[in-house]
Amino acid sequence: MIEQRDPTGRGSESRDDAAIDEARLRQQAIGVKLRQMFDQVVGEPVPDDFLEILRRADERAKGGS
Amino acid sequence: MANGTASTDDEAFRQELVALIPHLRAFARTLCGDATAADDLAQDAMLKAWDARASYQMGTNMKAWTFMILRNQFYSEKRRSWRQSQLDQEAAERTLMAVDDPEAPVALDELRMALRTLPDEQREALILVGAGGFAYEEAADICGCAVGTVKSRVSRARRALHAALEAGDYDRDGSPAGEAMGAILAAADRLSGAR
Repeated sequence: MIEQRDPTGRGSESRDDAAIDEARLRQQAIGVKLRQMFDQVVGEPVPDDFLEILRRADERAKGGS
Repeated sequence: MANGTASTDDEAFRQELVALIPHLRAFARTLCGDATAADDLAQDAMLKAWDARASYQMGTNMKAWTFMILRNQFYSEKRRSWRQSQLDQEAAERTLMAVDDPEAPVALDELRMALRTLPDEQREALILVGAGGFAYEEAADICGCAVGTVKSRVSRARRALHAALEAGDYDRDGSPAGEAMGAILAAADRLSGAR
Protein backbone atom coordinates (compact mmCIF):
# COMPACT_ATOMS: atom_id res chain seq x y z
CA MET A 1 0.00 0.00 0.00
CA ILE A 2 1.71 3.13 -1.19
CA GLU A 3 0.51 6.54 -0.23
CA GLN A 4 0.46 8.31 -3.60
CA ARG A 5 -0.21 11.77 -2.40
CA ASP A 6 1.99 13.54 0.03
CA PRO A 7 -0.38 15.48 2.27
CA THR A 8 2.15 18.23 2.76
CA GLY A 9 3.32 18.39 -0.87
CA ARG A 10 0.97 21.02 -2.23
CA GLY A 11 3.30 22.57 -4.77
CA SER A 12 1.67 22.96 -8.15
CA GLU A 13 -1.82 22.23 -6.80
CA SER A 14 -1.88 25.18 -4.48
CA ARG A 15 -2.66 27.67 -7.20
CA ASP A 16 -5.64 25.60 -8.40
CA ASP A 17 -6.82 25.11 -4.84
CA ALA A 18 -6.65 28.82 -4.22
CA ALA A 19 -8.67 29.51 -7.35
CA ILE A 20 -11.28 26.94 -6.32
CA ASP A 21 -11.45 28.41 -2.83
CA GLU A 22 -11.86 31.86 -4.29
CA ALA A 23 -14.67 30.73 -6.60
CA ARG A 24 -16.38 28.97 -3.71
CA LEU A 25 -16.08 32.06 -1.55
CA ARG A 26 -17.63 34.16 -4.26
CA GLN A 27 -20.51 31.75 -4.72
CA GLN A 28 -21.07 31.78 -0.97
CA ALA A 29 -21.04 35.56 -0.95
CA ILE A 30 -23.71 35.63 -3.65
CA GLY A 31 -25.73 33.10 -1.67
CA VAL A 32 -25.50 35.22 1.46
CA LYS A 33 -26.63 38.31 -0.42
CA LEU A 34 -29.47 36.46 -2.08
CA ARG A 35 -30.80 35.29 1.29
CA GLN A 36 -30.31 38.77 2.67
CA MET A 37 -32.31 40.24 -0.21
CA PHE A 38 -35.11 37.78 0.46
CA ASP A 39 -35.05 38.06 4.26
CA GLN A 40 -35.08 41.82 4.07
CA VAL A 41 -38.50 41.70 2.46
CA VAL A 42 -39.70 39.01 4.87
CA GLY A 43 -38.70 41.36 7.68
CA GLU A 44 -40.68 44.30 6.32
CA PRO A 45 -44.01 45.09 7.96
CA VAL A 46 -46.89 43.79 5.86
CA PRO A 47 -48.72 46.66 4.12
CA ASP A 48 -52.25 47.18 5.44
CA ASP A 49 -53.89 46.47 2.09
CA PHE A 50 -52.96 42.80 2.35
CA LEU A 51 -54.92 42.30 5.54
CA GLU A 52 -57.67 44.56 4.29
CA ILE A 53 -58.12 42.50 1.11
CA LEU A 54 -58.16 39.32 3.12
CA ARG A 55 -60.63 40.74 5.62
CA ARG A 56 -63.01 41.68 2.83
CA ALA A 57 -62.68 38.22 1.28
CA ASP A 58 -63.30 36.71 4.70
CA GLU A 59 -66.46 38.76 5.14
CA ARG A 60 -67.70 37.69 1.75
CA ALA A 61 -67.17 34.07 2.77
CA LYS A 62 -69.05 34.54 6.05
CA GLY A 63 -71.86 36.46 4.40
CA GLY A 64 -72.18 33.89 1.64
CA SER A 65 -72.50 30.82 3.86
CA MET B 1 -69.11 19.82 16.92
CA ALA B 2 -70.20 19.61 13.31
CA ASN B 3 -71.64 23.07 13.60
CA GLY B 4 -69.22 25.80 12.58
CA THR B 5 -66.48 23.45 11.43
CA ALA B 6 -66.12 25.27 8.13
CA SER B 7 -65.53 28.65 9.73
CA THR B 8 -63.07 27.13 12.24
CA ASP B 9 -61.14 25.68 9.32
CA ASP B 10 -61.34 29.01 7.54
CA GLU B 11 -59.93 30.76 10.58
CA ALA B 12 -57.04 28.33 10.90
CA PHE B 13 -56.37 28.69 7.21
CA ARG B 14 -56.53 32.46 7.40
CA GLN B 15 -54.03 32.60 10.25
CA GLU B 16 -51.61 30.37 8.43
CA LEU B 17 -52.02 32.38 5.25
CA VAL B 18 -51.43 35.69 7.06
CA ALA B 19 -48.23 34.30 8.55
CA LEU B 20 -47.05 33.51 5.02
CA ILE B 21 -47.65 36.98 3.57
CA PRO B 22 -44.10 38.22 4.27
CA HIS B 23 -42.70 35.19 2.46
CA LEU B 24 -45.04 35.62 -0.48
CA ARG B 25 -43.96 39.25 -0.74
CA ALA B 26 -40.30 38.26 -0.66
CA PHE B 27 -40.76 35.58 -3.29
CA ALA B 28 -42.68 37.99 -5.52
CA ARG B 29 -40.13 40.78 -5.05
CA THR B 30 -37.14 38.63 -5.90
CA LEU B 31 -39.00 36.99 -8.75
CA CYS B 32 -40.13 40.11 -10.58
CA GLY B 33 -37.75 42.75 -9.23
CA ASP B 34 -40.23 45.61 -9.05
CA ALA B 35 -41.61 46.26 -5.56
CA THR B 36 -45.00 47.58 -6.62
CA ALA B 37 -45.68 44.89 -9.21
CA ALA B 38 -44.46 42.34 -6.67
CA ASP B 39 -47.00 43.37 -4.05
CA ASP B 40 -49.77 43.22 -6.64
CA LEU B 41 -48.62 39.74 -7.50
CA ALA B 42 -48.41 38.69 -3.85
CA GLN B 43 -51.90 40.05 -3.17
CA ASP B 44 -53.33 38.19 -6.16
CA ALA B 45 -51.65 35.00 -4.99
CA MET B 46 -52.93 35.48 -1.45
CA LEU B 47 -56.47 35.98 -2.69
CA LYS B 48 -56.25 33.02 -5.04
CA ALA B 49 -55.04 30.88 -2.15
CA TRP B 50 -57.92 32.08 -0.02
CA ASP B 51 -60.46 31.32 -2.75
CA ALA B 52 -58.95 27.88 -3.24
CA ARG B 53 -58.81 27.08 0.48
CA ALA B 54 -61.29 24.22 0.09
CA SER B 55 -58.79 22.39 -2.07
CA TYR B 56 -55.96 22.81 0.44
CA GLN B 57 -55.35 20.02 2.94
CA MET B 58 -54.52 21.43 6.34
CA GLY B 59 -51.28 20.12 7.71
CA THR B 60 -49.58 19.83 4.33
CA ASN B 61 -46.98 22.35 3.18
CA MET B 62 -48.93 25.56 2.85
CA LYS B 63 -45.85 27.61 2.08
CA ALA B 64 -45.03 25.45 -0.93
CA TRP B 65 -48.68 25.48 -1.98
CA THR B 66 -48.96 29.27 -1.88
CA PHE B 67 -45.59 29.70 -3.61
CA MET B 68 -46.84 27.46 -6.39
CA ILE B 69 -49.94 29.62 -6.75
CA LEU B 70 -47.80 32.74 -6.84
CA ARG B 71 -45.39 31.50 -9.49
CA ASN B 72 -48.23 30.21 -11.67
CA GLN B 73 -49.82 33.63 -11.36
CA PHE B 74 -46.51 35.27 -12.25
CA TYR B 75 -46.17 33.26 -15.44
CA SER B 76 -49.76 33.67 -16.54
CA GLU B 77 -49.62 37.44 -16.05
CA LYS B 78 -46.34 37.57 -17.83
CA ARG B 79 -47.79 35.70 -20.76
CA ARG B 80 -50.79 37.97 -20.79
CA SER B 81 -49.18 41.36 -20.64
CA TRP B 82 -46.22 42.92 -18.92
CA ARG B 83 -43.41 41.16 -20.63
CA GLN B 84 -40.59 43.38 -19.48
CA SER B 85 -37.45 42.42 -21.27
CA GLN B 86 -35.81 45.74 -20.60
CA LEU B 87 -35.01 46.96 -17.13
CA ASP B 88 -37.42 49.66 -16.19
CA GLN B 89 -35.41 52.36 -14.49
CA GLU B 90 -38.31 53.73 -12.53
CA ALA B 91 -39.12 50.31 -11.19
CA ALA B 92 -35.51 49.84 -10.17
CA GLU B 93 -35.56 53.08 -8.23
CA ARG B 94 -38.75 52.19 -6.43
CA THR B 95 -37.21 48.88 -5.47
CA LEU B 96 -34.06 50.58 -4.27
CA MET B 97 -36.00 52.80 -1.93
CA ALA B 98 -37.29 49.76 -0.10
CA VAL B 99 -33.78 49.03 1.14
CA ASP B 100 -32.88 50.20 4.65
CA ASP B 101 -29.26 49.26 5.28
CA PRO B 102 -27.18 52.24 4.05
CA GLU B 103 -24.38 50.00 2.86
CA ALA B 104 -26.45 47.19 1.48
CA PRO B 105 -28.10 48.98 -1.47
CA VAL B 106 -25.07 48.99 -3.71
CA ALA B 107 -24.48 45.28 -3.53
CA LEU B 108 -28.13 44.33 -3.28
CA ASP B 109 -29.08 46.47 -6.21
CA GLU B 110 -26.32 44.95 -8.31
CA LEU B 111 -27.54 41.51 -7.36
CA ARG B 112 -31.12 42.46 -8.12
CA MET B 113 -30.18 43.62 -11.58
CA ALA B 114 -27.99 40.63 -12.23
CA LEU B 115 -30.88 38.40 -11.17
CA ARG B 116 -33.01 39.97 -13.86
CA THR B 117 -30.58 38.84 -16.53
CA LEU B 118 -31.38 35.22 -15.68
CA PRO B 119 -34.07 33.28 -17.52
CA ASP B 120 -37.23 33.10 -15.39
CA GLU B 121 -36.97 29.38 -14.62
CA GLN B 122 -33.39 29.72 -13.45
CA ARG B 123 -34.13 32.74 -11.27
CA GLU B 124 -37.13 31.03 -9.78
CA ALA B 125 -35.23 27.82 -8.97
CA LEU B 126 -32.35 29.72 -7.41
CA ILE B 127 -34.66 31.84 -5.24
CA LEU B 128 -36.65 28.86 -4.00
CA VAL B 129 -33.59 26.80 -3.10
CA GLY B 130 -31.08 29.52 -2.35
CA ALA B 131 -33.26 31.93 -0.38
CA GLY B 132 -36.69 30.44 0.21
CA GLY B 133 -35.36 27.50 2.15
CA PHE B 134 -36.97 24.81 -0.01
CA ALA B 135 -35.43 21.42 -0.65
CA TYR B 136 -34.84 20.51 -4.31
CA GLU B 137 -37.80 18.11 -4.11
CA GLU B 138 -40.13 20.82 -2.82
CA ALA B 139 -38.92 23.30 -5.41
CA ALA B 140 -39.58 20.69 -8.09
CA ASP B 141 -43.17 20.30 -6.85
CA ILE B 142 -43.65 24.07 -6.83
CA CYS B 143 -42.29 24.48 -10.35
CA GLY B 144 -43.97 21.36 -11.65
CA CYS B 145 -40.78 19.83 -13.00
CA ALA B 146 -38.31 17.05 -12.21
CA VAL B 147 -35.86 17.30 -9.31
CA GLY B 148 -32.94 16.96 -11.72
CA THR B 149 -34.28 19.88 -13.72
CA VAL B 150 -34.36 22.07 -10.62
CA LYS B 151 -30.83 21.04 -9.71
CA SER B 152 -29.49 21.91 -13.12
CA ARG B 153 -31.39 25.20 -13.21
CA VAL B 154 -29.98 26.18 -9.82
CA SER B 155 -26.46 25.38 -10.81
CA ARG B 156 -26.76 27.18 -14.14
CA ALA B 157 -28.28 30.16 -12.33
CA ARG B 158 -25.40 30.27 -9.87
CA ARG B 159 -22.83 30.21 -12.62
CA ALA B 160 -24.63 32.81 -14.71
CA LEU B 161 -25.14 35.12 -11.75
CA HIS B 162 -21.50 34.88 -10.78
CA ALA B 163 -20.43 35.58 -14.35
CA ALA B 164 -22.83 38.52 -14.70
CA LEU B 165 -21.60 40.09 -11.48
CA GLU B 166 -17.96 39.58 -12.37
CA ALA B 167 -18.41 41.11 -15.79
CA GLY B 168 -20.86 43.82 -14.80
CA ASP B 169 -22.79 42.21 -17.63
CA TYR B 170 -26.23 43.68 -17.11
CA ASP B 171 -28.15 46.75 -17.96
CA ARG B 172 -26.50 49.40 -15.87
CA ASP B 173 -24.08 52.02 -17.08
CA GLY B 174 -21.26 53.72 -15.29
CA SER B 175 -20.37 50.72 -13.19
CA PRO B 176 -16.94 49.28 -13.94
CA ALA B 177 -16.69 45.53 -14.45
CA GLY B 178 -15.89 43.62 -11.30
CA GLU B 179 -17.09 46.34 -8.97
CA ALA B 180 -20.37 44.58 -8.35
CA MET B 181 -18.69 41.42 -7.20
CA GLY B 182 -16.36 43.45 -4.99
CA ALA B 183 -19.31 45.13 -3.32
CA ILE B 184 -21.00 41.82 -2.74
CA LEU B 185 -17.87 40.24 -1.32
CA ALA B 186 -17.34 43.18 0.99
CA ALA B 187 -20.92 43.09 2.18
CA ALA B 188 -20.84 39.33 2.68
CA ASP B 189 -17.62 39.60 4.67
CA ARG B 190 -19.21 42.16 6.93
CA LEU B 191 -22.21 39.91 7.45
CA SER B 192 -20.30 36.79 8.27
CA GLY B 193 -17.76 38.75 10.30
CA ALA B 194 -14.61 37.79 8.38
CA ARG B 195 -14.04 34.22 7.26
